[in-house]
Amino acid sequence: MTDKRPDLKDVNERMRGLMARTTHGRDDFEDLVIVPLFAVVVALVFGALIMLATAVDLPTIGRSFVALAVGSVGSLSAWSETLTASIPLVLAGLGLGLGFRAGLFNIGAEGQLLMGGLAAVVAGFTLAGLPWFIHLPVTLLVGAAVGAFYAAIAGFLKATTGAHEVISTIMLNLISYRLLDWLLRQPFIQREGRSDPISKDVPPSAELPRILDFIDVNLRLHAGIFVMLAAVALVYWMLFRSKIGFAFRASGENPSAANYAGMNAAFVIVLAMATAGALAGLAGATQVTGVLGRASPGFSAGIGFDAIAVALLGRSHPVGILFAGILFGALEAGGRQMQVDAGVSIDLIGIIQALIIIFIAAPLLVRAIFPWGFRKRGKKAGEA
Amino acid sequence: MDVELRGLTKRFGSVVANDNVNLHIRAGEVLGLLGENGAGKSTMMNMLSGLYTPDEGEILIDGKPVKFDGPRDGIAAGIGMVHQHFMLVPVFTVAENVVLGVEPTGKLGSLDIKKARAQVEEINEKYRLHVPPDELIEELPVGIQQRVEILKVLFRSADVLILDEPTAVLTPQEVREFFGIVETLKKAGKAIVFITHKLHEVLEISDRISVLRQGRITGEGDPKTLTEADLAEMMVGRPVSFTTAKNPSEPGRTMLEMDNVTMLDETDEMVLDHVSLTVRSGEVVGVAGVQGNGQTELVEAITGLERIASGKITFDGEDISYARVRDRHRMGMAHIPEDRHKSGMVDSFTVAENMVLNSYYAPEYSKGWAIDWPKVHETAARYCVEFDVRTPSVFLPGGALSGGNQQKMVVARELERETKLVIASQPTRGVDVGSIEYIHERLIASRDEGDGVLIVSSELDEIMGLSDRIYVMYDGKIVAEFDNRDGQADRNAVGLAMAGSFEGEAA
Repeated sequence: MTDKRPDLKDVNERMRGLMARTTHGRDDFEDLVIVPLFAVVVALVFGALIMLATAVDLPTIGRSFVALAVGSVGSLSAWSETLTASIPLVLAGLGLGLGFRAGLFNIGAEGQLLMGGLAAVVAGFTLAGLPWFIHLPVTLLVGAAVGAFYAAIAGFLKATTGAHEVISTIMLNLISYRLLDWLLRQPFIQREGRSDPISKDVPPSAELPRILDFIDVNLRLHAGIFVMLAAVALVYWMLFRSKIGFAFRASGENPSAANYAGMNAAFVIVLAMATAGALAGLAGATQVTGVLGRASPGFSAGIGFDAIAVALLGRSHPVGILFAGILFGALEAGGRQMQVDAGVSIDLIGIIQALIIIFIAAPLLVRAIFPWGFRKRGKKAGEA
Repeated sequence: MDVELRGLTKRFGSVVANDNVNLHIRAGEVLGLLGENGAGKSTMMNMLSGLYTPDEGEILIDGKPVKFDGPRDGIAAGIGMVHQHFMLVPVFTVAENVVLGVEPTGKLGSLDIKKARAQVEEINEKYRLHVPPDELIEELPVGIQQRVEILKVLFRSADVLILDEPTAVLTPQEVREFFGIVETLKKAGKAIVFITHKLHEVLEISDRISVLRQGRITGEGDPKTLTEADLAEMMVGRPVSFTTAKNPSEPGRTMLEMDNVTMLDETDEMVLDHVSLTVRSGEVVGVAGVQGNGQTELVEAITGLERIASGKITFDGEDISYARVRDRHRMGMAHIPEDRHKSGMVDSFTVAENMVLNSYYAPEYSKGWAIDWPKVHETAARYCVEFDVRTPSVFLPGGALSGGNQQKMVVARELERETKLVIASQPTRGVDVGSIEYIHERLIASRDEGDGVLIVSSELDEIMGLSDRIYVMYDGKIVAEFDNRDGQADRNAVGLAMAGSFEGEAA
């Protein structure tokens, strides 16, 4: 064999060539940027058509789109609202995206978020008296831990019995609604002197401080945005740099190869679910400590479900999820403005969100609508 | 019907898949089309069947130029393609599958299944295909399913049949039957294009042979005068040796010992029936057998992918009967899996990621909880150079490589570490001639470094050529053992044992 081996200089040269980073091709760019962009545009156009169909006149439609833009990015206050709304969406979306990468279709972010949020509220008022630099982190961590535990139930069921996570997480969502209602009426949690289900308040030392209140006290953007950015970086590191992330991705892409490579499937399933649940729980915790200040029935407001859309729109990539979450935050903030200014129902925002997802999920549809935006398919190099 | 391809050229971006290809297909003749993976065989046939439009050149049928705008045009002109991967509906019957898309209809457009059956029966009879028309596809063996595909194109009145790697999925017996059908079709005046990379098959069945390399026709000839070596040289572009040179083996200590190992499948059927075997260091042990006689399960038992029911497995003196996959790997067991796409690699992972698929956790590739990526990239690049894995970059997805290069990637990953025992299952399946030669050399090199090597293969040539000792598996049992240190094992006897008749031959 030795006679076949090229000399050392040649080897070094070839190795350098192999290790040179290839630039991302245009196909990646099309999939990651152009398709989502067009999807948003098409969804907005369809939204306008739906308004027309429901007999809204053209000037009102115009006003509502102006309101959508102004309310989401038109002012500092709009940006503050957009980012505030995006924090829990991004956090929960990161967890779901991580699960998708590991091949787990977790529908349970809503329940994990409720349980984590409630736990954070309880930790908040029971540990009152601690200095804020201990109290706040502990409160957030308790939220994450309870979310992780709640999601791990579904992971454990899948790993031991093969119960499908879609079914078990949906069921756990339903359980969490009723459990929350019941817990909120327990004397330990219920606010004194109230008969309706509402929790005690989170004390100020466990609240995420508002970070723009030095400009205007009405700006609600809170320190949760730093938690969100840190989570984006952490999930990126975990997925693409760490050993466990390698096992997550291998298990998601090809479970049989992961098994061959000696990865422990049950461990990966439980850990990936728990991590996803921790992020959803953290989303709930930031929401109660940064915005709501207490827990009440259904305080999640569907964030756990919107986060599925965010994770899909972001292609399960942490950076993609960040942008998708901000977009959905903008739609929510802008939608509120739309309702106020133009009197258009906020349900329309829900329809636009759904349309975006449909177009993202069907890139061929987008390609068909904008044929000039893309190169011809089926012209990839190589043999078919 | 005569078909002529004249100066066909097809480009994909800057890649020239077919460059000025000329080919003549005649009625009543089998044209063998030989080429490595990626040589341009499929592109050429896709142009012929109407799936692709050529950039230059023309296709003539009986001397008249034709233009195809899609596969429908190809079928209408009498050109039918039988794909390597069958396109059948598993829960439909044979007759239903055959007529799918061109169903005979009765009044009000309802399906006339009786008429369909009769038509299928007629073709069945004419070409002696022996396909049961009322059987569900999912209940038929692969060999019969393939005949259904052939029936499908005959039903659409094809006069030119393109058979894309038809023997890849067949057992040796099925190949014989298949060749019989090809003969019948030929006598009936059909023109047949037989695409393959198996040299002895193309020599046996073809009337003429064309060899394709890098998109060009690099050789043409008469199978009566050509040898396998000639064909291989035309395919690869350099002389290829078929017999792997090796010194006599010097078996040392026992590396692997299986003692009365049994394994059950989900239905408690015994798939390994009291298997006992040994592999010693410095020897290559081959396991021969027709696919589906327990070889897959044997490898799963040794590598720890499936739990054994009873018995004992020892690896270099240690009991590993119930050890985890990772522990066996760490102890120095290399495993080249039988199906690289199913379990040997992750198609969407980069070459670098695939190179550390089962050792990413090891200290040399990690920094705390993180993977030391620069180290991984460097290792992967070194493996690619060492094992001649042809890829422009280690950042390319593994799935983008050709079959031979994917397999070399897997082999590099498994053999380039410190190993003591190599379990190679179908190590050269779906791999081109040049890569086969190379993989064989590396396996022998592992043996010469003192590893025990166990090769499981359904290619008898591979077993005979490489092994110092041969076990034959049949119905979950080891039924025979042959000494082959000087290549003295009787090929016939091995073949008979594979077929289950081992009276007087059992070890």
